[in-house]
Amino acid sequence: MSFLRVNGLSARLKGAGHPILRGVSLSVAAGEVRGLVGESGAGKSMIGKAVLGILPKAVEVSGGEILLGGVDLLRLPPKERRARIGATCALIPQDPLTALNPSRRIAPQITDRLVDILGWDRGRALARAEELLAEVHIPDPARVLRAYPHELSGGMRQRILIASAFAAEPKLIVADEPTTALDVTVQKQVLKLIAEMQARHGTALLFVTHDLGVVSKVCDSLTVLYGGLVVEDTDVRSFFAGPAHAYSRALLAATPKYTDPQASLTPVPDAVIRDVQAEVAAADRRARHG
Amino acid sequence: MADARGMVKRKAGLKLWLSGGWLALVVLAALLAPWIAPQDPLAQDLFLGRMPPAWVSGAEPGYWLGTDSLGRDVLSRILHGARIALTVALVAGGITCLIGAALGLLAGFLRGWVDLAISRLIDIWMAFPPVLFSILLIAVLGPGLSSIVIAIVVIDWTRFARVVRAEAMAQGAMDYVASAQVAGRGRLSTMVTEILPNVLPTIVVLLTLEMGIAVIVEAILSFVNLSISTDDPTWGGMIAEGRTSVHQAWWVLVFPLVTLFLTVLAFSQLGEGLKDRFDPVLR
Repeated sequence: MSFLRVNGLSARLKGAGHPILRGVSLSVAAGEVRGLVGESGAGKSMIGKAVLGILPKAVEVSGGEILLGGVDLLRLPPKERRARIGATCALIPQDPLTALNPSRRIAPQITDRLVDILGWDRGRALARAEELLAEVHIPDPARVLRAYPHELSGGMRQRILIASAFAAEPKLIVADEPTTALDVTVQKQVLKLIAEMQARHGTALLFVTHDLGVVSKVCDSLTVLYGGLVVEDTDVRSFFAGPAHAYSRALLAATPKYTDPQASLTPVPDAVIRDVQAEVAAADRRARHG
Repeated sequence: MADARGMVKRKAGLKLWLSGGWLALVVLAALLAPWIAPQDPLAQDLFLGRMPPAWVSGAEPGYWLGTDSLGRDVLSRILHGARIALTVALVAGGITCLIGAALGLLAGFLRGWVDLAISRLIDIWMAFPPVLFSILLIAVLGPGLSSIVIAIVVIDWTRFARVVRAEAMAQGAMDYVASAQVAGRGRLSTMVTEILPNVLPTIVVLLTLEMGIAVIVEAILSFVNLSISTDDPTWGGMIAEGRTSVHQAWWVLVFPLVTLFLTVLAFSQLGEGLKDRFDPVLR
């Protein structure tokens, strides 16, 4: 059974009512790594944020359900929802530079969740934090735990965030473009590390990214979005063998090839964009007529 | 980079030492005034009116900074005036900071209707001209130390609220706040453990600035005779008196003025120095 199942999730801007998600459905089984890809503005981050209950204030969910372990989060009172998300989910954020509190040392930022969620005492949590840092290959974990975030490099901070996400053994981790803010050499290491930690802990992963290269390396399955609409939902093997949807094919063709740096970049053709936009408009019409 | 950082640190150190040193002197003066003041600050002696400071010819021994037109010792009055200045700085500054920062933090982090209500209140509040507002307040409350404190708090809380709100809003958008919320932290707990420590350096700077402002406001109100009773020595009251006789006895005006100036400057520099020193991001 899927641990996370999103059914017909719609979201829109408050006030203006502009749709952001148009009836998105997807599921993530226990231990599965699902990629969530699309251009900027396709709504891929919004899905992750909706699942974790951290949608921006200007966005509201207008329909559908988010089943976490079989319970619809959207029907729970806020307090229970927070507790349920906290106990089973974690986030690996995009920008390691703003994802750690600059005025607190590293140790409490990791141990807080062990204390809050698992009810451990500080001593035990601290020992576990040290283990976790060693697990993400940080040399001299005891020293790093005493450091402030600004004393550490971006790559180091991203490792800490990864360790911290896995700390309370969540069932699902949402990774929101975790490598976008890093430079290319560090990206590769971080990606490898996420894959390694995921395999070791057996955690389900919702991996938000715009990089199909990343998807091919870490994901089992993927969902392609355009304008808040699911365009394709498939497993990685068949996707890279040949995507079913014209937009997915164009997206795949637009990915730069590192094997052939001389080749010019292929944009997504206008005709494909027109077709997929027509699909989005059709979805809106269906939604209006119930 | 390391050089620039070192220089910032050295400069911060100097700022901190000079301003801290002066304020320590003022605090000592305030605490010890009854014992170290060479004369009774209220004692009048018309035969000793407008005596110049000790290093000018014609000075009276024992009156180091001269006397005013009523023969009261300027140095003793400055020392005693430090008590009122510091009381106002600490009490008014502290209360203003507590109220303003709390409202700003709530508005900036909780947003929504709380923000709407507090922001509109700030806008309306700031539309009143502050000096008129304070004079009006004192006129209603009657002169006295507590009226001054209330006037400062009522007028200046917006200074804190505005800045802290903006800062809390900026911090609230950071990913670490999102992470704390995913981990199931409540809103208020997140505000205190995650946001407050990051806003604190700003609050400290504002607080020291506010203390300086409180000293000035007290002086202004003394100057227009709306502070505490005119007999009690206050720096503003002394400046007001000295102004009338500046051509005959400049020292009556200049010494309290310089003291006031240095104290206000020291407060603002102390804030800057503390920020440079203790802000983990700058450090």
